[in-house]
This record gives sequence, C-alpha cells and structure tokens, in this order.
Amino acid sequence: MADKDKSIGIVETRYYTFAEPPDALVLESGETLGPVTLAYETYGKLNSEKTNAILILHALTGDAHAAGFHKGDKHPGWWDNMIGPGKAFDTEKYFLICSNVIGGCRGSTGPASINPETERPYGLAFPLITIKDMVNAQARLIDHLGIDKLLCVAGGSMGGMQVLQWVVSYPERVFSAIPMATTIVHSPQQIAFNEVGRQAIMADPNWDDGNYYGRRLPVKGLSVARMVGHITYMSDASMKDKFGRREKNEKGPFKFGAAFEVEGYLQYRGDNFIKRFDPNSYLYITKAIDNFDPSDGQGLTGILKGAPTRFLIIAFKSDWLYPAYQSQEIARSCKRAGVDTIYCELNSTYGHDAFLVEVDEQTHLVTHFLQRVSEGVRET
Amino acid sequence: MTDRKTGIPPDHKIIRELVDPSSSVLDLGCGTGELLSLLVKEKHVKAQGIEIDDKAIFECVAKGLSVFHDDIDTGLPEYGDKSFDFVILNQSLQQVKKIDVVLKEALRVGRKVIVGIPNFAYINARFQIFFKGRVPVTPSLPFEWYNTPNLHFLSLYDFIEYCRKQKIIIDNACFLDKKGQIRLLPNLFAQIGIFVLRENKTDKENESV
Repeated sequence: MADKDKSIGIVETRYYTFAEPPDALVLESGETLGPVTLAYETYGKLNSEKTNAILILHALTGDAHAAGFHKGDKHPGWWDNMIGPGKAFDTEKYFLICSNVIGGCRGSTGPASINPETERPYGLAFPLITIKDMVNAQARLIDHLGIDKLLCVAGGSMGGMQVLQWVVSYPERVFSAIPMATTIVHSPQQIAFNEVGRQAIMADPNWDDGNYYGRRLPVKGLSVARMVGHITYMSDASMKDKFGRREKNEKGPFKFGAAFEVEGYLQYRGDNFIKRFDPNSYLYITKAIDNFDPSDGQGLTGILKGAPTRFLIIAFKSDWLYPAYQSQEIARSCKRAGVDTIYCELNSTYGHDAFLVEVDEQTHLVTHFLQRVSEGVRET
Repeated sequence: MTDRKTGIPPDHKIIRELVDPSSSVLDLGCGTGELLSLLVKEKHVKAQGIEIDDKAIFECVAKGLSVFHDDIDTGLPEYGDKSFDFVILNQSLQQVKKIDVVLKEALRVGRKVIVGIPNFAYINARFQIFFKGRVPVTPSLPFEWYNTPNLHFLSLYDFIEYCRKQKIIIDNACFLDKKGQIRLLPNLFAQIGIFVLRENKTDKENESV
C-alpha cells in the first residue's frame, strides 16, 4: 500500500491564458468568452513519448491544487492521499495535471473575473457555461502542454462528469477513464438540492443580482448553500459517527444558536466558505452540473460503441447523493457498447465524500488499472 | 485435486481445452479470477468477469482482469445476443436464484455456454447420506449445511435431464473425479461435470420458415 506520509512537497499553481478576442472561446450556448485563463498544477514528469499524462478533474468546489503543499500552507491539496510518490496516481510514474474549471473562482476565468468590455467584474454578465465548455477549455490547456493523448482522465462527482465529457468530446485523446461517484445526468433530487443552494444565495439581500463585488458579500446565503451541500456529502452513519448528539461545550445566550456539534460544524464550514468561494461561481457551476447531459438523453451506449477508452467505474454503497445505480447505468452503457470496463461498488460509510476518503481500496483499484492501461499503451 | 506441478485445478484444465484461442469469454461468478486469468495467459481470450464479492473483485483487478461488480441473477440483460463466444458458469450455476433465467440468458448471450457443476450423487456423497445419515461434505461440495453458498443440489443426471427437457443441446460433457477425467458411470464416480451447451436454434428457425 501507498506510503500516506510521502508527499510531492512544495507545489505552485500555474495559469494558462488563451482565447484572446477576436479568437474567443465559443461556448455551447453560442456566446463567446475571452480571454480565458485556466489555473492548473502539474506533478511528476512527462516522459519523452508523452504517453504518461493523467488529467485529474475536481468536484464542485475543488481547485487546481490537488496534491502537495503551497508554500507556507499546513494543509495539502484536496487529493493528496491519492496523488504523490508511490500513491495511486504515482508521481514517479505518471505526469499528473489537475485543471480548474471556467466559471470557477480559484484562478480561472469566472463571474468574479474582470470583464474586458466593462473593466469591472462580470457578475451576471458572465455567460452560462456547461461541463462541455469546461472540457473544451481544458483541451486547449492539454494542447498547450504539448500532449496529444492522455493516459487517463480521472475524477469524482463533477470531476467524474468532466471525465465522461472528455470521453464523449475527445474519445481519440483518452486511453482510459476513471469516473467516480458520478452520473451521466442529474436526477430531480440532485437538481433540487442544487436549487436550494442557489435560492439561498439569491435570497441574501447582499447578493444584489450578483453585483456585490467590492461591497458586502452574500456571506449567509453562500453559507446556507454550503451547509446543504455538506449534509448531502455525508451519510446518516458518518454523521452519527462524527457528531452523535453531542452538544457544544460553549453555548451562546441566543435561543437558537448552535447547540449540537453538528450545527456548529455546519455553521463553521458554511461561514468560512466565503473565504475561498465566490457565490456567483456557485450559481454558475451548479447550473452547469444540473444541465449536464453529454448524450442528450440518449444514454452513452451509442457514443461508446467502438470507443477505444477503457473504464474503471467506482461507486460507493452509502453515497445517497450520487447513488450507485447511477454508476451502474454508466457501467451498463459500457457493457452494451462492448467497452473494456471494471465496475466496483465499494463498501464505505462516508457517503458521497467517500471518493476523497476511501484511500486504500481506491488505491488498489486505480494502481492496477493504470498499470494495465500503461501496458496496453506500450503495446500499441 | 489441484495439479501439484502447475497449481491448475483439473476443471480449469478441461475448460482451458474447451475454449478456443483468441475468443471472447464472459465468466459469470468469476471469483478471484483464477480461471479467467489462465484463459487470458494461455488462450489469449478477451475476458470479462461478473462477480458479486468485492474482495474477489480486488483480486481480479490485481490480475489485470476486467470485472463487473454485479449479481449474475440480474447482470445479463444488457448484453446483446451472441456477444461472447463463450459464457462460463463454473461452480456458480448451483448458487444462482433463478437457474432457468440465468441459463437462458447465458445461452442467448454466448455462442456456447460452459457449465461446471458439483455432482450431488457422487458415490462418497451417497455413502454419507445412506450410511451416516448426514448431509454430504465432499471435495466438490466442501461446505457444511449451515455455510453453503449452494442453493441447488443436483446430480449430473439431473442436469442432463434438465437440458433435454429445456431442449438445450449438450455438445460435449466431461466428468472428473479427484484424479482427472473418467468415463465409467459418471453419475456415481464423478465429483464434477463440465458441459458445453448451446441453444437449440432449429426450433426457432423452423418456426420462422
């Protein structure tokens, strides 16, 4: 098993800017966006044949900082337990790229970026973006890095959606795909939870139609959105385990202050979210997730038929936000299309968060899968 | 029962001979993938397994096999007709809930179906029931009554009779005792039977004419 303490050390986020007008990026909606900046990080070395590149894609509120430490930081990147020397995505063997998404607020062009036409933040003037737009922008980054074919694209949740979109949009550019805890289309329940988040943000008087930049921020709205999110990422069992019905040590005088630990935790996580996330980005990205439907309702089978891409699909039994039946649907499409596929449903009590937490089993599956894919690439 | 030199169980050896080189194989209830990985190494088959136990799946993945975490009672409808050259049900048919459905589906999906079953009428088993009055425990039926995964107990004759009634064609049958293949009185002396089956196409063809 991987040495969990081994880290790739100090890393830095880099930025790639392209699509300067008049060559702006044409979005799925027909609107254009430019210039576009994508934040990304890379770990490990690209081999001389350029056949060992793996693209890592993050979830709703993630960013390009997947592994290692930023200078002066105590906490590593969001998937440090899976990326590093000797880990599942072994930086001694593979060249890892983690790309942020357009519409985001972690160094890439999004609603908080300056609109070149007005020289003020875009706000709601920012065009609606889709998962396909995110992937098209990432393809430009991969071109820029001089990589023709990716050994693998991997990610969980919204990252998994980008993985599926990569296979659909650029089948000839991906040898293998690892979609985790994800779906080919959002269910009404998933859309409903996102809508509660969006409504919470827009109900905050400080939101002001998205024109809050440089003023008071819709902190509370974003906080409630984040609280709802956190509840859906955990499971009944993992909440019981983490909080029980334990009460907080210090309670304020307010009757409806946080009394239980779970309340304190959610409030703390919610209130701190503003430090790293732009409320408008939350609106744009959740909308992109809800609209995601790479096969236009037709299912993946037809698209995957004859596809050269190998799949490792991972789901988690306690994930009720992205239930295993959604991953099974992807696996069934692969079956029907005759695509070489591993599907595994892992026993975990962590709910949707499991893909960030269940290191050992995922490491086993990913390590062997990548090894086999690499052998296949060498043979061709 | 396993060959000491090669470590290959005799039923795997027989199945290895029955499977054509470079064919496509779907192993239903592939366990830890011993048989599939033998077929990949020595017969260069395109292999796919279906298995319900996650620990077994991890071992399959470590062997480089493609496997679906699924129940073979429900895991077949997605496959098109004759999408595999061989569908294998080795020591797994007696563990499925609906034999009828699974076998019919396997015959639809595979050009040929290889079924390996333990023989409940093996002489040693008969001896244990008749003289000891105990439920038999034999090398091919190694479980106690309280921990067996087997849902159905059948003899080789039962299976042959079943195929006759269902109009399933038996192309080939091999019978094994602990030393290897036998021919004399298999329902009495064999521990395991391995059958190569295919759909009776002529019925359907006649109907359409």
